[in-house]
Amino acid sequence: MSEFALKTKLPAYLRQEQERIEKLARESGLDFFPTVFEILAYDQMNEVAAYGGFPTRYPHWRFGMDFEQLSKSYDWGLSKIYELVINNNPSYAYLLEGNSLVDQKLVMAHVCGHVDFFKNNYTFKSTDLDSPEGREPIRAQNDYDPNRRWIDKMANHGELIRRHMSRLGTQVVEEFLDSCLSIDNLIDWHARFQPRRRKDDGTVEPEQEVPRLKSKSYMESFINPPEFMADQKKKMVDDRAREARRIDWGRDVLGYLLEHAPLERWEYECLHVVREEALYFVPQMQTKIMNEGWASYWHSRLMTGKILDASEIIDYAERNASVMATNGSINPYKLGVELYRHVEERWNKGQFGREWELCSDLEERRHWDRHLGLGHDKIFEVRRLYNDVTFIDEFLTPEFAIEQKLFTYNHSSRNDRMEIETREFKAVKDKLLFQLTNGGNPTISVKDGNFRNRSELFLQHEHHGLDLRRDYAEATMASLARIWKRPVNLHSILEGKLVLLHHDGRELTSESPKVGS
Amino acid sequence: MSKDLNALRYGGAEVVDRSGKALNRVDSKGSVHEFARARRTGVHSRAMSLRIDQDHARFRNIVRGKIRQNLKRYVSSGELLGRKGKDVVSIPVPQIDMPRFRFDDRKQGGAGQGEGNEGDPVGGGEPQEGEGGRKAGKDGGNHTLEVDVTLDELADILGEELQLPNVENKGKAKLINVKDRYTGIRRVGPESLKSFKRTYREALKRQIASSSYDPKRPIIVPIKEDKRYRSWNEVAEPVANAVIIYMMDVSGSMGDEQKEIVRIESFWIDAWLQRQYKGLESRFIVHDATAREVDRETFYRTRESGGTMISSAYKLCAKMIEDEYPTDEWNIYPFHFSDGDNWSQDDSSLCMKILRDEILPVANMFAYGQVESPYGSGQFIKDLREHYKSDERVILSEIRDKDAIMGSIKEFLGRGR
Repeated sequence: MSEFALKTKLPAYLRQEQERIEKLARESGLDFFPTVFEILAYDQMNEVAAYGGFPTRYPHWRFGMDFEQLSKSYDWGLSKIYELVINNNPSYAYLLEGNSLVDQKLVMAHVCGHVDFFKNNYTFKSTDLDSPEGREPIRAQNDYDPNRRWIDKMANHGELIRRHMSRLGTQVVEEFLDSCLSIDNLIDWHARFQPRRRKDDGTVEPEQEVPRLKSKSYMESFINPPEFMADQKKKMVDDRAREARRIDWGRDVLGYLLEHAPLERWEYECLHVVREEALYFVPQMQTKIMNEGWASYWHSRLMTGKILDASEIIDYAERNASVMATNGSINPYKLGVELYRHVEERWNKGQFGREWELCSDLEERRHWDRHLGLGHDKIFEVRRLYNDVTFIDEFLTPEFAIEQKLFTYNHSSRNDRMEIETREFKAVKDKLLFQLTNGGNPTISVKDGNFRNRSELFLQHEHHGLDLRRDYAEATMASLARIWKRPVNLHSILEGKLVLLHHDGRELTSESPKVGS
Repeated sequence: MSKDLNALRYGGAEVVDRSGKALNRVDSKGSVHEFARARRTGVHSRAMSLRIDQDHARFRNIVRGKIRQNLKRYVSSGELLGRKGKDVVSIPVPQIDMPRFRFDDRKQGGAGQGEGNEGDPVGGGEPQEGEGGRKAGKDGGNHTLEVDVTLDELADILGEELQLPNVENKGKAKLINVKDRYTGIRRVGPESLKSFKRTYREALKRQIASSSYDPKRPIIVPIKEDKRYRSWNEVAEPVANAVIIYMMDVSGSMGDEQKEIVRIESFWIDAWLQRQYKGLESRFIVHDATAREVDRETFYRTRESGGTMISSAYKLCAKMIEDEYPTDEWNIYPFHFSDGDNWSQDDSSLCMKILRDEILPVANMFAYGQVESPYGSGQFIKDLREHYKSDERVILSEIRDKDAIMGSIKEFLGRGR
């Protein structure tokens, strides 16, 4: 093993830059966890990125697939990961070996923004390991220093799964993981902030007597032999468990399966790992635009403010432009940073409140400036209290949509391509919000675990105008049936008709339930 | 689609789980430094391998399964003709993806940003990923996968899929090639073979032992007794040589489609046998009423027409073997492809004679593939059948269309001769 391969520590000159940049960032009001920078070669970077930032995650071929895609697209010069930062306390950030100094500085400034966001945005409080019941998410705290040792936790997950693999065989475990991963979007995004469900609500159920057949005392052991009594007892327990499964549980399908599916211990642990990790990544999906926007806002402020010297400005501008480029689709970096700036400007000029809303004189609105200077405080408040959905919902204005040239697109069957549909503000906003809600995932809830009194799982798709992809749905239901170990039903709407999809573990059948049944 | 992922998986070579030696459980109370160390042993041992290599290998295995599943399509398409063993071929593989409950992308549409009027096409399909690259968790996953495999790998997959046996050598182990290998050291020899390092070491040893070595002035002077020379051993290596002689009927009755089938089939046979024999030779003969040898290029491209005298090809083949491939050194595989429409019965008889007297005694086997043609009578295969029904060395196969290629390859190579 070459010494070089182990050298991931930051060289001294970057270390100095880090100190300088962090000092500047703190002076500007950013408040971040301590950050550990490491330098990785491109293949290591691709590896870490394939593992979602956690080099010690459990083994699964999907990571290999991501790795192949990343390496190829790097080899062909299509993409390059400049930086990767992990929501952890302390935060870990990886820099790409061989990048120019300007790039490295830009990345460090960018990372400061991210880590500040990790620490302060309310959604990320769900990743605090020391308050599983859900910290009061909104309240600001002094000396906030949560336990977010997710790197350790992921490593433990990896170790756990490796242990099961070495005991049961890689194939068995990996196949089960396939099933779990195919439903890892069926979680409740707010599960972490809800009080944990209690199995019992405190009231102890009276131990029920197993009913005996009537017998004379000397006949007792013949009429009610112990085996018969044990059978009866088991039946009663089963019945009660079956009854317990009959709950309208909500969106946390994975949580329900953990609680009620007949899982072996290793299966339980695999599913548990998948759910935990899926929940860990939720805040990052919830705040993609805000998070990237915030980091971009700050790298731009810090770099152009104090970090760069004149000779570096062109390189910086080029890099920044490539990050902000749009090619027709939404670039979260661009949209985010522009929206923060828009908010900052509005609050600096006082373009908010009742008076502003009521003003319909375009000329007046254009030159509206109350010199309030509240912008700085406002964007810090926004970064703390909003997620992408609320951010867009509250601050996306018609003026902004026009200025940023936003539009909606749709598939045109006539030309078999994606085409611009409209630039109408309401449509654009609706589309954006729809895409962001639940991460663009369909909303699916558990309605019953003893459907038709046959221990079948019953799921309901809340149809909001878009059908599920049927082939995918079919494969996913097979995964569900694998985990539930009994048939699985999904109630949805396909092509305008109510359907009940039924998967018995081998094949999918569908029926159209009669209305009212 | 991935619903049959499980069926595909581990279709390929056996997977060895090397992940056993994982890092020890990291105590979450453990200090960061401790952890970082553990982590490094995990990722950064690049000199050995990346941790992800195992996951990557398993993924590649799934891909192999995919390729296997669609092998027929790749085999019966002529696109790969002309590639050689180490050539990398990019093969589009149907998407491998985690099935999830998701919306139909086409129906979904989305919001975008940029220039353009209503009705204009949207530039990029996938959302732009900027500097941060892929934030963990989730990708669109909406791409067909282009997988690079070498032709050798494909040939392997073909072999596994058709359960082709490895070709057995025709008892040529006695054939010996003698080579000189410089492996030893001697005290005498020519100056040109002096081993400087050994000589220096000996001299150093001697000087230290006789305490004439001065570390402050480290000058080493070798004397005659110190000198060491490289010496060689004779190493005997068995060699196996093999030649395939492809003969193709290019007469008028063979249409373009028939020729295409022949070419595809000989291409895959070639690929498989190339994989089996290092340094396999391939010779190509085309014939109508007369036969001539051509190069690979021509064999795969030529268009000709004329009458058919199969014997001409067999004569040339027999001559080629006699002149160039001594039978005790070579494994010889003649393959002949035709539509079975020979000029005359006399000529066919002549063919049988040449086959019996000159080719079969020296060849490992003789393979005849007959493609179906709208014009031909297909008589030749019947003649062969009549004469060699019970002869194991003669393998006959009828190829109806492109889809039959796989089966035909199996018939030819399935016996491992």
